[in-house]
Amino acid sequence: MKYLTEFRNGEIAQRIAREIHQVATRPWKIMEVCGGQTHSIIRNGIDQMLPAGIEMIHGPGCPVCVTPLELIDKALAIAAQPGVVFCSFGDMLRVPGTEGDLFQVKGAGGDVRVVYSPLDAVELAAKNPEKQVVFFGVGFETTGPANAMSVHLAKRRGIKNFSLLVSHVLVPPAIEAIMNSPGNLVQAFLLAGHVCSVMGYWEYPPLAAKYKIPLVVTGFEPLDLLDGIRRAVIQLEAGQYEVENAYERIVTFDGNQAAQKLLAEVFDVTDRAWRGIGVIPRSGWRLSEAYREYDAEERFHITGIHTEESPLCRSGDVLRGIIKPAECAAFGKECTPRHPLGATMVSSEGACAAYYNYGRFISAEELAGAGAAFSGVSLAGAAND
Amino acid sequence: MTEIANAGPMDSSKTAPDFSNWSCPLPLVGYPSIVMGHGGGGKLGNELVEHLFLPAFRNAALENLGDAAVLELASGRLAMSTDSFVVQPLFFPGGSIGELAVNGTVNDLAVSGAEPKYLSASFILEEGFPLVQLAAIVASMAAAAATAGVQIVTGDTKVVERGHGDGCYINTAGIGVLRAGVHVGPHRAKAGDAILVSGTIGDHGMAIMSVREGLEFESQIRSDCAALNGLIAEVLESAGLAVHAMRDPTRGGLASTLNEIANSSGVGIEIDEASLPVRTEVQSACDLLGLDPVYVANEGKVVFFVAPEAAPQVLSVLRAHPLGRDAARIGHVTTQHPRMLVARTGLGANRVIPTQIGEQLPRIC
Repeated sequence: MKYLTEFRNGEIAQRIAREIHQVATRPWKIMEVCGGQTHSIIRNGIDQMLPAGIEMIHGPGCPVCVTPLELIDKALAIAAQPGVVFCSFGDMLRVPGTEGDLFQVKGAGGDVRVVYSPLDAVELAAKNPEKQVVFFGVGFETTGPANAMSVHLAKRRGIKNFSLLVSHVLVPPAIEAIMNSPGNLVQAFLLAGHVCSVMGYWEYPPLAAKYKIPLVVTGFEPLDLLDGIRRAVIQLEAGQYEVENAYERIVTFDGNQAAQKLLAEVFDVTDRAWRGIGVIPRSGWRLSEAYREYDAEERFHITGIHTEESPLCRSGDVLRGIIKPAECAAFGKECTPRHPLGATMVSSEGACAAYYNYGRFISAEELAGAGAAFSGVSLAGAAND
Repeated sequence: MTEIANAGPMDSSKTAPDFSNWSCPLPLVGYPSIVMGHGGGGKLGNELVEHLFLPAFRNAALENLGDAAVLELASGRLAMSTDSFVVQPLFFPGGSIGELAVNGTVNDLAVSGAEPKYLSASFILEEGFPLVQLAAIVASMAAAAATAGVQIVTGDTKVVERGHGDGCYINTAGIGVLRAGVHVGPHRAKAGDAILVSGTIGDHGMAIMSVREGLEFESQIRSDCAALNGLIAEVLESAGLAVHAMRDPTRGGLASTLNEIANSSGVGIEIDEASLPVRTEVQSACDLLGLDPVYVANEGKVVFFVAPEAAPQVLSVLRAHPLGRDAARIGHVTTQHPRMLVARTGLGANRVIPTQIGEQLPRIC
């Protein structure tokens, strides 16, 4: 099996899309939770293949997007300190804090490095005992095990100059928050496949029963997504609300038990603020008592952070599915990937950036035909941006 | 500073540089590393020229060691280009900064329709830079120049204090003679033109990323670094006036090049994603890191905009050349959506491919 091509087969994709067209008799609103899924849907044009009434709402599952401004400002403050090596995944570098981003801290002389794994940051700490090495541990349950392993290893190896700036968030409380929010439009969820590869999906049946919503564990390739949507629509049409696994090649009911054990040891569940949404009770992780000494927030005692969000930015409404990115007045005007007002425009997984990058400010009709439609001012500017 | 052990690109087929067979010319032995004096214009600098640069690059124009090279050129139009090279690491799978410095300028001249003739080479070296590494870079430049059929006729060396450079920076400038009757330029793409690319995209960028400090991953991906003037000459001889625009998609990748040409020519461009030649290992590495191969750099590829009736002929010329075996027709120029690059996805949907703002960044998950 060549996983690179099989799940991108155009003919099979068309077949599944046809089946969705046949099954769907009414409009439905389905939220994909994960930013990686949003990226894939927009990049491949999967939403263009769906019946007009089936609307994909892009959920709050991009960890870059929902990391609170306050924590980004703390990251900037820590990274600017002499003697600190600040390590991060690549796409956090461009996220704007109140004043500037990590790229600017780097430009001003801060030691900011992109790594692929928090374990590389532990290695850096071991090699540079005179430095304080900090890893920016953001993400959903997917990145949890590697972040947990980094402090676990640092403790076991007695590496004292490593710490983790934690902003971990969890999917199930976010689904509850969305379902409980006034004016909620979401009728079914595609669950994030990679989150479930770690956690399994044993947490979800109570949610499906409580809110009477179909939940489909879904992967990231075009066929995975189409199959997830197909299963959600079938359930919706039949009035069912089950947890279904459409990502069986990766996800089991129990998930990765060894990872879950480590996560339980290293992290405690805590309340977390989500950028654009607000505080969701018991929706994140922080380091447990046994690992508290590796918490960068404790180690660096950053105070005096005053955050200010742009009053124009409606990323909160985008993240809750109230509006589409292009419906925000600032979209493509004051707010572009070069000058993002909110985090959903920063990360390539953010709904606004995905819309912008893949030209979703242009309607399908415009793309399909009429050349005149493309001569508009905003488009010429956008193509250069 | 990089370690010397197991380092060296004399044989560019090896991934790890190997300096073991390189013997230092006697007068240079006393200084195994660059010292400030090597850039001082005195005896040490002269020794570098006499025992390293001259033997490697030897030609009549350089041999005079005058303040300027005096060159004989046929009358007609000249093309001139310059580029600076600051790549890290200096040695990477499939090449080194030396090959890049020669091929980069050769290719810039060649895609302008010129026949590259002469190059300059300026080195900015960091104090402490190992001489064996410099020698390896110089040897790779000499070999690349010989392959491309150009001469390195003038040069300069400066040394900066330790900590003020990244080992070795190189600037090259080049002069070429424009072929009679060839008029190509990024503003000349016309509606209906077929778009061809000479081979697989993204190889160079992913080869560099696979060995960059802190981001190493195991792969067989090698840089495609190569001089394209031979390949381009064959296309121009065969299709001449039918070629409207050419460009080598280096930094910013294929997407940036196509957007530049769409902008310069005021046309729209449509490409078919399924037709893009991408090596499986490059696609896999891109998927793993959340990158898009259309934005990844190439150093040995060229994109042609040709009249549609000439496309099959150009494609067969390309495929007959060792550097064009994987050439493909990837799209066409349209009057619709001017100044925009639109791709038809594998699923038959459309997406706009904009110019990237900065570097592509690996995604979290």
